[in-house]
Amino acid sequence: MKSIRQISRRDFLKTGGVFVVGVSLYGCGKEKIPGITQPRSTDPWAPDVYVSFEADGTAHIISHRSEMGQGIRTGLPAVLADEMEADWGRVKVVQAAGDAKYGNQNTDGSWSVRGFMQRMREAGATVRLMLEQAAANQWGVDPVECTAEFHTVVHQPSGRVLDFADLVAGAAELPVPGLEQLKFKTPDQFRYIGKGLPIVDLHDMTHGKAQYGADIRLPGMKYAAIARCPVLFGKVKSYDAEKTNALGGVEQIIEIPAAEAPPMFKAVGGVAVIASNSWAALHGRDLLSIEWEEGANSDYDSAAFRQALLDTVQQPGTPIRDQGDIAAAIESAQELVEAEYYAPHLAHAPMEPPVAVANVSADFCEIWAPVQDPQSLIPMAEAVTGLKPEQIRINVTLLGGAFGRKSKCDFVEEAVVLSKQTGAPVMVVWSREDDIRHDYYHSVSAQKLSASLDAQGAVTGWRHRVAYPSIMSTFDASISQPVSFEAGLGALNLPYDVANIRIETGAAPSKVRIGWLRSVCNIFQSFAVNSFSDEIAFARGKDSLENLLELIGPDRTLDLSEFGVELTENYPFETGRLRQVTELVAEKAGWGRELPKGHGLGIAAQYSFLSYVAAVVEVAIEDDGRWTVPRVDIAIDCGQYVNSDRVKAQQEGSVIFGLSLARDSEITAAGGRIQQGNFNDYRVLRIEMTPQTHVHLVESSAPPAGVGEPGVPPIAPALANAIFAASGRRYRELPLGGILAPGDDA
Amino acid sequence: MIKLTINGEAREYTGDGNMPLLWYLRDLLTLTGTKYGCGKGLCGACTVHLEGQAVRSCSVTMDRLDGASITTIEGLGAGGDHPLQIAWARHKVPQCGYCQSGQIMQAASMLATNPNPDDRQIDDAMSGVICRCGTYQRIRAAIKDASGATS
Repeated sequence: MKSIRQISRRDFLKTGGVFVVGVSLYGCGKEKIPGITQPRSTDPWAPDVYVSFEADGTAHIISHRSEMGQGIRTGLPAVLADEMEADWGRVKVVQAAGDAKYGNQNTDGSWSVRGFMQRMREAGATVRLMLEQAAANQWGVDPVECTAEFHTVVHQPSGRVLDFADLVAGAAELPVPGLEQLKFKTPDQFRYIGKGLPIVDLHDMTHGKAQYGADIRLPGMKYAAIARCPVLFGKVKSYDAEKTNALGGVEQIIEIPAAEAPPMFKAVGGVAVIASNSWAALHGRDLLSIEWEEGANSDYDSAAFRQALLDTVQQPGTPIRDQGDIAAAIESAQELVEAEYYAPHLAHAPMEPPVAVANVSADFCEIWAPVQDPQSLIPMAEAVTGLKPEQIRINVTLLGGAFGRKSKCDFVEEAVVLSKQTGAPVMVVWSREDDIRHDYYHSVSAQKLSASLDAQGAVTGWRHRVAYPSIMSTFDASISQPVSFEAGLGALNLPYDVANIRIETGAAPSKVRIGWLRSVCNIFQSFAVNSFSDEIAFARGKDSLENLLELIGPDRTLDLSEFGVELTENYPFETGRLRQVTELVAEKAGWGRELPKGHGLGIAAQYSFLSYVAAVVEVAIEDDGRWTVPRVDIAIDCGQYVNSDRVKAQQEGSVIFGLSLARDSEITAAGGRIQQGNFNDYRVLRIEMTPQTHVHLVESSAPPAGVGEPGVPPIAPALANAIFAASGRRYRELPLGGILAPGDDA
Repeated sequence: MIKLTINGEAREYTGDGNMPLLWYLRDLLTLTGTKYGCGKGLCGACTVHLEGQAVRSCSVTMDRLDGASITTIEGLGAGGDHPLQIAWARHKVPQCGYCQSGQIMQAASMLATNPNPDDRQIDDAMSGVICRCGTYQRIRAAIKDASGATS
């Protein structure tokens, strides 16, 4: 991949070859700034260089976000290309290094399009305006008569045409226009936005040429595999490397000191085997004989922990939303509906396990890694090497899946530590077992829900207690209770029209590293809330859809700021949009249609990452308890979208991800050790369980919202509700397994 | 010494016979299109063809490969794109793309012996290859497309 050099205008005049437009998106226009490639803002959110041109007019557009399957390397560059009237065939997408000049690169939280679409449009409109001006100058005409069209500028009165290639030199001499001078395309003029462009990496991915972190090969590169203590924060007591040293290809054994709490993103430590190839490193590592001092976390036992969490939610917790008078509502209830839910730890298990390459010398540190947050590597590398930020370069490869795992740079630190010690480029390879046993786990959770119904069957009160180890415990060892941003993912921000609502959190210590996984706490909180809605429907003798729409209630804007639910500017929580996707998916799925014996339909709706999603799952249950999902309908309103095909692909993938965790996946610990290790015992969905998935995309002019995560939360509860519809049996614990155990009859 | 053919090219290997083919391809030949995913034959990311048959290269050791002929994803479309590679593009199958070499190699092996698989046959053949992004629906559609069957 060609890298973009940032060059000054003087360099441009010297080389004559490349024109770099630095587009500052903040504060420009107020002052005329010389040297268009100079960073003109100290705001770390302000991008500086997003686009440049070769002499032949080929545009290089920077992708500063990480590609992990969501299509962002195509999406954001296409926005810029569209707004500058580029011919997509003459665009090369260039992956940015980790550098604050590009603004936020932390690819997480379904945020890339929301955070950067407008900025890309501003960058593109800036370039277009400058090229139009350059053409006007060349022709000696009024620039308003000049219009960029598909990599050319056309003089409208005369029909004269100049290619972008003929304009870049002239444009390079122009001042950068201010934001107020920019004119934006109207949606009917979009060439790429809202369409379904194929991803730029498609050919490479189908020909074995796409380069992931694991595919980096450097001259003299060593491979390292690390034996880490099976219990978090355990230490090496002693080790014997005799067998390892006898293995051909093994070169060196290096002990890495154990990390201490809190985990942060620190390398956990262990014994590293350095070898000339991956297999010698991995096999040599397995041949080590190590005695561990396991430490305090060796008391972690999932069965006991499950019971402790379920006990916790029996008791009143810390109220984080207290609306009306829940005690009175429950006291005066005609009927009280109550249920408990449990969901286990999950591992991310991206198909490419963590991997990283570092090359540390006396005066430079270069890293190649599949990371979601490349800038976070810079302070880590500074701390390990003692080098300065300008002596550190972070190259971002493609990510072979991530789902949140590759936000955490523990595995990159290992590579930096080992490269520094060996003086050679080092790739740290993780086996699948390493990945499953040393993850930042999605949290294990217990929840208890209670709803009061009055004599007419109306829901008068809603109480939701949650208990799970907090993500924040990864950063602060003193935190042992869910925090409000976590509860805000599907519990605290309950959108139901109920007068008396109380949400409570309960204590839960962390015995493993806790992290965020695609859609985060929405996974279990949506499972509980949407399952419980369906339980209320049954108690009320109402149709599930009708009940859900009643709970969502009349269209209104929710303001839960008094309960600590932060409002995102321009993104009010509109319950009407949740209602609409619910109605849409029900209609498309044929809600109420006649079904074969053993089949059932279930529905769930969830607002997350500022998007509104509803799903209908059809389940088919055999007499022996085996079940399949013939069909899923999923409707999403994510506001304005960039790539219709990738939005659909993300929903198709979310259905699989949701069914995977609902059916198969579970991480458990015994004696502090994770009991799963590979895809035989940490199971994920395979092709034969794939439903016919229909994605229904809402056309919306609302600002762009999340796409990669919001499809996951409704799947597990819609499935559980479908199973109830088909069988009358209610399942409140995940995963369900491939054969339904005898469940609770309602 | 082990003599074998990789993508039509003669190769000689003199290292540890216990090394799995996967690492020989990836680390010694730098044919990195074949991916590691599990090391135990559980995920299919490392699928290549041994005498035209799909095998998990993580589970085939070098000492079994004297005289063998191997095709990897890099060699699949040697004479122009394989119909599956064309269908994969038409259906825009890949998301992260990491498992796709294995998916395509597995599917190519199936189509070589069964040019018109039905749904069940596709699922049976493809069950061993995991896609964590969940591109399965499009994998089915692309295979049917390449096989010429109507979907």
